[in-house]
Amino acid sequence: MTDHLLEQAAPASAVTHLELELAGVDKVYSSRRGSTEALRGIDLSVASGEFVALVGRSGCGKTTLLRILAGLLPPTAGEVRAGGRPVWRGTRRDEETVSRFGLVFQDANLFPWFSIEDNVALPLKLRGTDRATRRARAHELCDLVGLGGFEKSLPRELSGGMRQRAAIARALSCDPSVLLMDEPFGALDALTRDRMNMELQSIAASTGATVVFVTHSIPEAVFLADRVVLLSPRPGRIHSVVDVDLARPRELEIDVEPGFRETVRSLRGALDEED
Amino acid sequence: MEQRGLSKWLPWISAPVLLVLLVVVWSLVVSVFGISEFVLPPPSAVAASLGELLVDPETWGHVQVTVSEVLTGFVIALVLGVLGGWVLGRVAWLEVAMRPALVAFQVVPKVALIPIFVIWFGFGLTSKVIMAAILAFFPILLNVLLGVRSVDPGHRDVMRGLGASRWSTFRNLELPSTLPYVFAGMEVAIVFSVIGAIVGEYLGGNEGLGFLVVSSLNALDAPALFAVIVLLAAVGSVLFFAVNLAKRLVIPWHESVSEKEFA
Repeated sequence: MTDHLLEQAAPASAVTHLELELAGVDKVYSSRRGSTEALRGIDLSVASGEFVALVGRSGCGKTTLLRILAGLLPPTAGEVRAGGRPVWRGTRRDEETVSRFGLVFQDANLFPWFSIEDNVALPLKLRGTDRATRRARAHELCDLVGLGGFEKSLPRELSGGMRQRAAIARALSCDPSVLLMDEPFGALDALTRDRMNMELQSIAASTGATVVFVTHSIPEAVFLADRVVLLSPRPGRIHSVVDVDLARPRELEIDVEPGFRETVRSLRGALDEED
Repeated sequence: MEQRGLSKWLPWISAPVLLVLLVVVWSLVVSVFGISEFVLPPPSAVAASLGELLVDPETWGHVQVTVSEVLTGFVIALVLGVLGGWVLGRVAWLEVAMRPALVAFQVVPKVALIPIFVIWFGFGLTSKVIMAAILAFFPILLNVLLGVRSVDPGHRDVMRGLGASRWSTFRNLELPSTLPYVFAGMEVAIVFSVIGAIVGEYLGGNEGLGFLVVSSLNALDAPALFAVIVLLAAVGSVLFFAVNLAKRLVIPWHESVSEKEFA
């Protein structure tokens, strides 16, 4: 009964906005060979509609942090909240909260047996949306991410960049309040990556979703984010947080502007400090 | 593009060419070296014998017997292999516990068991069906086991991220992801089923193509022996291509099904 009341109450606060909060999050991986401390004392707040980039060297725990946020990996200690509700209750996650997230991984992870349309509409299918609505929504989203006309194609018939677009469309299909992206463009060539960054910027602006974006590219982080969070490794901690004061919408040519270069330089400096 | 076009029509040309080549070399070898008809009958004699065989209604009775043994054994193996493979794939400790038994059973030359089945089940269909089923069981079991274990962890993340139920995960991810392995197992298994049934027929009973092989041998009728073997090869091919066709229909999206099959 209380659950029911909670569900009734949720939509009021849930319109499309959702802020994220991590407090004292630790993660320790234990195996037979001993334990590895992946994250220590992560405190971070992400405002509703904010675009935050997590940057750091490989092995600094940025993917672990994102997986904890996404409800894929329970934290060892600490609180993770979305819109004031805990994402994790011990090692059980709150399905209601997690259902408002859209996830994009480094690999597109499309199901090869489904057409692009069925892949994009998979989240809707799992929610029991009828076929006609699913098809219409998939069509709309394919247009949005520049895949119009490829609805009936199979994933293997598409290029890497197109597959990643489809993965983004899939993440958007349930109108998520939060987009969690783990190096989504890491496997793409530089030109495609630039284009995807432009498109992601406009998608983020038009949906008003809160975005947490993991990358190892400092320029990419500065281009996309309102704030860049630098993580340092072993164990993963927040090294510094840098605000990016650049007007939006940003053009690719922004990389020659002094403000952009200064931010990139200071982040590089901070990253080098660790060694 | 060029390459794909070539691989599309080349087998249709190479297969008849190779067949003709085989027949020509065969005839030449027989006539040049003057080989006895009891050792290697000329293709013409085999063809004549095959013609006689094909018009004899009794032959088709034997074909029917063999095919029904093969298919019954194959279906039993398919059901048990998929169930067993699925369970062993999902329950790690059970697989570990069963491993010694599986290995032991796999290294036993299973055709050596036929006499035992004959003692237990007689000379009828049952012993042959069991042989076909046992030979077909392992490739299916092992492939399904591998398939269940091979579900992409990235795909699992997608389903978990979406809060998918166990049933949705099975229906949308595990089942389609395992099907290519099931079919790979089936393609091997159907061939093994034929072997099981034929060897079973060699050893006992008075029906089926295996029996026809043995009776041709006893009659010292080499052309008939060769003709039955040709017929067996044809039956085996038809069964294999039936499984292959099913694969193309059920998993048209898979890499093992070539591009040209798409509408």
